Amino acid sequence: MMRKRGLELGRWKGLLYVLPALVVVAVFTVYPLLRAFLMSFYTKYKFSTDTVLSYGINNYTYIFGDSVFQKALSNTFIYVLFVVPISIAISLVLAVMLNEKIRLRSFFQTVYFLPYVTSVVAMGIVFGWLFHSNYGLLNYFLGLFGIQPVQWLNRPSTALPALIIFSIWKSLAFNIIIFLAGLQTIGAHYYQAARVDSAGRWRQFSRITVPLLSPIIAYAFIIGLISSFKVYAEVYALFGGRAGPADSCITIVYYLYRQFYVNWNFGIASAAAVVLFLIILAFTVIQLRVAKRRVHY
Amino acid sequence: MRYKSAKALSKSLIYLVLTLGAVTTILPFLWMILTSLKGGTEVILMPPRLFPSVWHFDNYSRAMEAAPLATYFVNTVVVTVTSTSLMLIVTTLAAFGFSRLKFPGRDVVFGILLATLMIPGEMLIITNFVTISRLGWMDTRAALIVPFMASVFYIYLLRQFFRKVPDTLYYAAKVDACSDWRYLWKVMVPINKQAMSTIAILNAIACWNAFLWPLMVTNSETKRVLSIGLVQFQTEAGTDYELLMAAASMLVLPIILMYLVMHKQIIKGVTQSGIKG
Repeated sequence: MMRKRGLELGRWKGLLYVLPALVVVAVFTVYPLLRAFLMSFYTKYKFSTDTVLSYGINNYTYIFGDSVFQKALSNTFIYVLFVVPISIAISLVLAVMLNEKIRLRSFFQTVYFLPYVTSVVAMGIVFGWLFHSNYGLLNYFLGLFGIQPVQWLNRPSTALPALIIFSIWKSLAFNIIIFLAGLQTIGAHYYQAARVDSAGRWRQFSRITVPLLSPIIAYAFIIGLISSFKVYAEVYALFGGRAGPADSCITIVYYLYRQFYVNWNFGIASAAAVVLFLIILAFTVIQLRVAKRRVHY
Repeated sequence: MRYKSAKALSKSLIYLVLTLGAVTTILPFLWMILTSLKGGTEVILMPPRLFPSVWHFDNYSRAMEAAPLATYFVNTVVVTVTSTSLMLIVTTLAAFGFSRLKFPGRDVVFGILLATLMIPGEMLIITNFVTISRLGWMDTRAALIVPFMASVFYIYLLRQFFRKVPDTLYYAAKVDACSDWRYLWKVMVPINKQAMSTIAILNAIACWNAFLWPLMVTNSETKRVLSIGLVQFQTEAGTDYELLMAAASMLVLPIILMYLVMHKQIIKGVTQSGIKG
């Protein structure tokens, strides 16, 4: 009798090991997720007592009617559209070159990966200094080519390009490293065969490297899209806590931050969070599809 | 002969592009450090001078006088070390539970955990803020540490490593009347210490650089971390770029040093988790 009870309890012993993790995930991931959906329908909410006075869809009608939110959406999409493909193209070229028989490969690799581990906020502030209109290093270099100083961070028309340049610089690291790892799995015999057929470098690149690397390129695309849609700290650091001149660099997460932390509009901020979640969910589903295809062929 | 020279040409082109890329990557770091060591008038010299005429190491102490950066630095160290240690314990236990041990509903629960990986952390900030304030944890270290004690991604990763350890080892240990608890710490952990230390390093880097969440839940000097202190300093320092760059270096240099020592392990860890994840 007693032994049987011991066995019964023993079956659950494994649960004790995973319990701390489950509690943390339940309290700080699952519950807040469900609550965020609910909160996006709070139209009257008192934070001090955590009480909801009324529900409705007003938060959604508000954000979709809000020109600032539209600006945040379009800015974020423009940002993603430039940062992700450009970063992938540059990374691919650099990774292919790194994969050649060259000296100092591990030195280059170590240098290229450095921006991945360093703080976005600190490097954003450094880029703010590089972009300085009067004393910035970038305008000095442009001046050497006879280009007049650009008011990078002070004009709405150049602020978003400055943000994009910084983000491309920052995102190359991860792409280069995973492309390089992918390239090293491509067998040398493909290239040997290509050389027998006297295929040039460009043909080798476009007919062998890119197709064989395509699953990893697709993966880098999705990861890039997902993380770029969440752009925020870059903006904050580059423009000293603002969203660029005349809100020209406001992004979805910045909008969320402002509605929540500055205006204390919990419902509106949650509605923006739900929109962000749906965008990211859509891309994650695509990623899973791509990953599945990768396994099948 | 012609073939050889064409090859040499393309080789030099490769070196040229790679060097250009490396200079572009390293220049912001270099400029940050060099600016942090220049005198106030030299910083705004046009055309700029690469190296300072006098090396102003005192900029660092001046920056620390202008803002409590030393306190922020210590806070960041404390939070990073505590958070990473706790994360490692919770993650190891969970990875062991999900790989070696069996309990009813295990795979369903693990599936749900994996599904949470799709949730962007930015979405949880508002509601977690409410939870933290309900718990009375606003402006405490607990607010910075507890929500990140379990990392589903690292549980998943470590579970993969644990599953590679042959079953025979476990059964042999069972024959010797070794408990699950002992088996975990005496066998599993030592075998996987490489993977565990990689996870710890990657987590520590993420924790050190964290920004949005610490910005929301801390507001007193005694609890604030360096990344937040830095953006505040940015508005306070105004045009004193040498001091601002000194403050930025305080956040960046420790990570660079760690990276220089462990870059092989870090790059390998990111590649493995990046490609598998």
